[in-house]
Amino acid sequence: MPKIQLDNLVKRYGDFEVLHGINLEMEENEFTVFVGPSGCGKSTTLRMIAGLETVSGGEIYIDGKPVSGLEPKARDLAMVFQDYALYPHMDVAQNMSFALRLQKAPKSEINAKVKDVAKMLGLTDFLHRKPGELSGGQRQRVAMGRALTRDSSTFLFDEPLSNLDAKLRGQMRAELALMRQQVQKNMIYVTHDQIEAMTLADRIVVMHGGYIQQQGTPAELYKRPVNKFVAGFLGSPPMNFLDAELADVDGKLVVKGSGFQIALPKECAHSLPAAAKGPVTMGIRPADLTYAPDASDDQSFHLQVVVSEYIGAQSVLICDCAGQKVEVELKSDTPIALGEQLRFEVNTDAIHLFDRETEAAL
Amino acid sequence: MSAVARANRLTPYMFLAPATVVLVFALLYPIGYMVYASFLDWSPSQRIGEADFIGLRNYANLLTDAAFLESFWVTIKFAAVVVTLEMIIGVGLALLLDRNIRGLSLLRTIFILPMMIAPIVVGLMWRYMYHPTVGIFNRTIKNLGFEQGIPWLSDSTWSFIAVVIADVWQWTPFIFILALAAMQSLPRSALEAAEIDGANEWQKIVLIKIPLMMPVLIVTLLLRLIDAFKVLEVIMVLTNGGPGLSTEIVALRIFRTAQEFQELGEAAAMSNLLLIMLMALTIGMFMYTKIQEARTARMLKAAQAEDE
Repeated sequence: MPKIQLDNLVKRYGDFEVLHGINLEMEENEFTVFVGPSGCGKSTTLRMIAGLETVSGGEIYIDGKPVSGLEPKARDLAMVFQDYALYPHMDVAQNMSFALRLQKAPKSEINAKVKDVAKMLGLTDFLHRKPGELSGGQRQRVAMGRALTRDSSTFLFDEPLSNLDAKLRGQMRAELALMRQQVQKNMIYVTHDQIEAMTLADRIVVMHGGYIQQQGTPAELYKRPVNKFVAGFLGSPPMNFLDAELADVDGKLVVKGSGFQIALPKECAHSLPAAAKGPVTMGIRPADLTYAPDASDDQSFHLQVVVSEYIGAQSVLICDCAGQKVEVELKSDTPIALGEQLRFEVNTDAIHLFDRETEAAL
Repeated sequence: MSAVARANRLTPYMFLAPATVVLVFALLYPIGYMVYASFLDWSPSQRIGEADFIGLRNYANLLTDAAFLESFWVTIKFAAVVVTLEMIIGVGLALLLDRNIRGLSLLRTIFILPMMIAPIVVGLMWRYMYHPTVGIFNRTIKNLGFEQGIPWLSDSTWSFIAVVIADVWQWTPFIFILALAAMQSLPRSALEAAEIDGANEWQKIVLIKIPLMMPVLIVTLLLRLIDAFKVLEVIMVLTNGGPGLSTEIVALRIFRTAQEFQELGEAAAMSNLLLIMLMALTIGMFMYTKIQEARTARMLKAAQAEDE
C-alpha cells in the first residue's frame, strides 16, 4: 500500500483554482521531491499534506486513512519550513524538544533524544542559544533537528535551503543526503532548485501551473522527459531547443532546420508516429554536443561562438546557429575565439523531439 | 588642524543646535523651575524671587503627611488594578479578534472610540451614568426589581470601583490595539510549526503568542502604568477624590495642594517625587531593552564568525 496518496487533490482560493486534480502515490520511506517554478503549486500541495491549507477537493491518504479533515497534529508529521520557523523565545534545546514536551514525554527520554540529534547535526555546543544568536546555517540545522527529534513517520521540507547562501546551500545539501542515509522515513521535499531535486530525490515530481507534468526517478526524467517543460527544467545548463522539421530525405529520417540537417538513427524512425512529420521542436542537451572539427555534416552543428562563460575546467559557449541560440560545453583550455565557427557532433541517440503545438514529447 | 577640518567637525553640532535649544526651553527649563520651586516656601501671592528657600523641608514634610501618603497609596492601588484589568481584557480581546473576520476594521474603529474622547467628557458621561436615581445603572437595577441602587459615588469602596470602571473603559482599547498589532505581526510560520508540533489553540497562545508578544506587552504595560500614575481629569469630575480621601490620587492631591492650600513649593515637591518614580520606571524599561539588544547582537556576531 502506498504510504501517502493524493487522490485528485484540488485547491481553490475563491474562484481561482491553483491545483487542478493532483494524483500521486508515494511508497514507504521514499524521498519525493516536488520541483517546479514559483507559483506551480508545489508548496501548496505540501501545505495541504501538512494540514496547514484546507483541501478544496479530492482526498489525501496517509497509511490508507483519509486525513483531509484532520488537524495537523493528528497527522503525525514533522516539517521544516523555508524560514526555519524556530520559536525565537526558546533556546535550541527547547526548540528541538517542543513537540516531545507537548506530548509529555519523560524528561530523561527528551534529553537523550535532543542530545542524540544535536550530536548528529553538530549542535551540541549551541543547545542553550536562542535562534537570534545563531547563524543562518545553524538555524537551518536546528530546524532539521526539531523535525528529527520527533519520531514522525513523515518529514516535510518546504524549500529548506533557499534562504542560505550558495556555499552553505551546497554544504547543507550534502548533509541532507547523508542524513537521508541514516534516517529511513517518508520524506517530501519541495524546492525550485533542480539540482537539489536531482541529487536528493528517489522520485521527482515536476509541477507546473497546478498540474503534475511528470514523475519518476531523476534518471527517467532526465533521459525521457514527457514534454518540453520538463526537458527544459531539469539539467544544467538547460537543454537547447531549436525549431526544426522532421522529414524524409533520400529514404532517411532527418531533422532539419536552418543551418543544420541531422540524420536520426534507425530505431528512432520506427518508434516515431507517421503523423510526426512536419514542424517539431528539437531538444538537445549541451552535454550531448561534442566539439569535433571532423564530424560529418549530417551528424553535427556548425556554430558561431557569441559568448564564452568561463566556469573553471569547463566553459559554457553561447552560440548562434543560423539565428537560433545553442549552448554547448567545452573544456576551457580549447583554443577558441569569439566569432569563430566550430563544429559540434550530436549524440543522435540523445535527440528529443517535441510537438511544436502541444510541446509533448514525440 | 586646518580651518576646513575644524568646520567639518563642528557641522553635526550645528545641525543639532536648533533642536537642542527647543529642548532646553520646552523641557529642561520648566522641569528645572519645578525642581527649584520644590525647595521654596512659596505662595501664589509671591513672586518666585520673594519666596523663602527652605531646602529639603517640603520633602521631609511630605514623608510624614498622612493625606499625601494616603493619596500615594490610592494611586498605587488604582494603577495596579486598572492596568491589570486593562492588560487582561485588552490582550484577551486581541486574542479573540486575531483572525480574518469580515468587518474587523470597523470593529477596531469602534473599539478605539473611548480613547479618543477627552477625559473630562468621559468623566461627565460616567457621572451621569452613575447618578444615584436617574443614572442608567441604578435605573436598570431598580427596573429589575431591586429596591436599593448601588451608592456608586457616595460609598468609598464603590467610588473606587466606579473610577476603575471608567478608566478601564477608556484605556483598554489602547492595549487592545497594540496587542492586536503585535499579534498580527507575529511570525506566521512559527505558529504553523507549533501546530505541526502538536500544540492546541490554548498552548499556542500560552507557549508561543504571549511570550513572543512580551516585549511589546512590557512596553505597553509601562506606558499605561506611567499614564495611570498621572490620572486626573476623570477622577476629578467623577468623585473629586471623595468620599473622604478614598479616590484622591496623587495628581489630584498635587492640584489641590497648589490650588486650594496655596502651597506651591509643596506641590512642586510632590510632582518631583512622582516624576522621579516615573523616570525610574522609564529608565528601567530602556535599560532592559538595551541590554537584551546588546546581548543578541553580540551572540549573533559570534555565530556569524563561526560560519566563516
